[in-house]
Amino acid sequence: MSSTKTKKNIAFWLTGLGSALLIAAVVSPFASSNPDGLDRVSEDHGFDTKAQADPPSHKLPFYSVFDEYALRGVPSAVATPLAGVIGTLVVFGLAWGTGKLLVRPSGVEGSGLGSESDGADRG
Amino acid sequence: MLRSFGLPGSPVSLLETLTGTGQPCLAMHIPDGFLSLPVSLVTWAISIALIALALRQVKVDYQDRAVPLMGICAAFIFAAQMINFPIPGGTSGHLLGGTLAGVLLGPWAGTLVMTVVFIVQAVLFQDGGLTVLGANIFNMGLVGTFGGYYLYKTLRSALGFNRWRGMAIAVAITAWLSVVVGSLVCALQLAISGTVPLAVAVTAMVGWHILIGIGEALITLVAISYVWRTRPDLLYDPPRIAAQKYPLPNLDPR
Repeated sequence: MSSTKTKKNIAFWLTGLGSALLIAAVVSPFASSNPDGLDRVSEDHGFDTKAQADPPSHKLPFYSVFDEYALRGVPSAVATPLAGVIGTLVVFGLAWGTGKLLVRPSGVEGSGLGSESDGADRG
Repeated sequence: MLRSFGLPGSPVSLLETLTGTGQPCLAMHIPDGFLSLPVSLVTWAISIALIALALRQVKVDYQDRAVPLMGICAAFIFAAQMINFPIPGGTSGHLLGGTLAGVLLGPWAGTLVMTVVFIVQAVLFQDGGLTVLGANIFNMGLVGTFGGYYLYKTLRSALGFNRWRGMAIAVAITAWLSVVVGSLVCALQLAISGTVPLAVAVTAMVGWHILIGIGEALITLVAISYVWRTRPDLLYDPPRIAAQKYPLPNLDPR
């Protein structure tokens, strides 16, 4: 009984994560390229000087990996889908990890994936 | 008065841009350099205070079944934010997700999810400035996870808490309003920073986001409706039918 419930949960989680990855990988190249933000406007209309030309994020090591939502060093057709998939997995892991660290395992039967390891590895 | 907080080095004015070149196209990820130091600091302080409160509440209030949902919700909102949909007038918008996270996970875990999304966007993908991250978290996240959540709950209670229709109307109105209010707050921050005159900022930002908010309402409604139909027990405020369909051994959140 508990295992059917766990299976149901896993199916739901996989559907959720799967659709997020699908959106990031398949739909992202079709996103509208119309201007979408102060950053973009400043580039399009030539007042980049008002936005900081060399923002602090360019000093981070990630800047050599991602050029905004494009993975560097891969063909441009897959640069954005790959960046999207990586980003989706990173936020998934970080948000899950944040919850995992904060929420005390309740030990309730079949209460979700979070309890499958009995939480024994967490303090 | 408007410029009293402006620093000498702060951006001059967006006015020429907005009026001189035709299309004022403002969405919401603020880059470094658009907000004055005082505005950045105040918005950082507000966001950090609310995030700290959220960290504590999640520790006290949540059960571990919420944990995977936090990951899924963050993944979905991050992916959906990449998809700009065109709106009439040559600009585009994308989901913000604050209301979605708040409705799904409640204001506390919802706030943490949104915070993770904006941190990753700014740190990994240079989307939104690091110095103004506090403002971006507030405008696009906390306005929805707190303001949006509590308005949604009030409306849903008034319209029929356990009926799809009550939930749907509450979600749609709240999601739309959270985008409009978020853009208004952003406009105020820009004006107080001396970046752009108040009237121009408010007109341009709110004008576009009245349209962008419709997309927010549709996407949020589709996502929440999917959970409502498949696993209503996972909603932060589950409808009564959920308890019959998925009886839980222990309902009180400790």
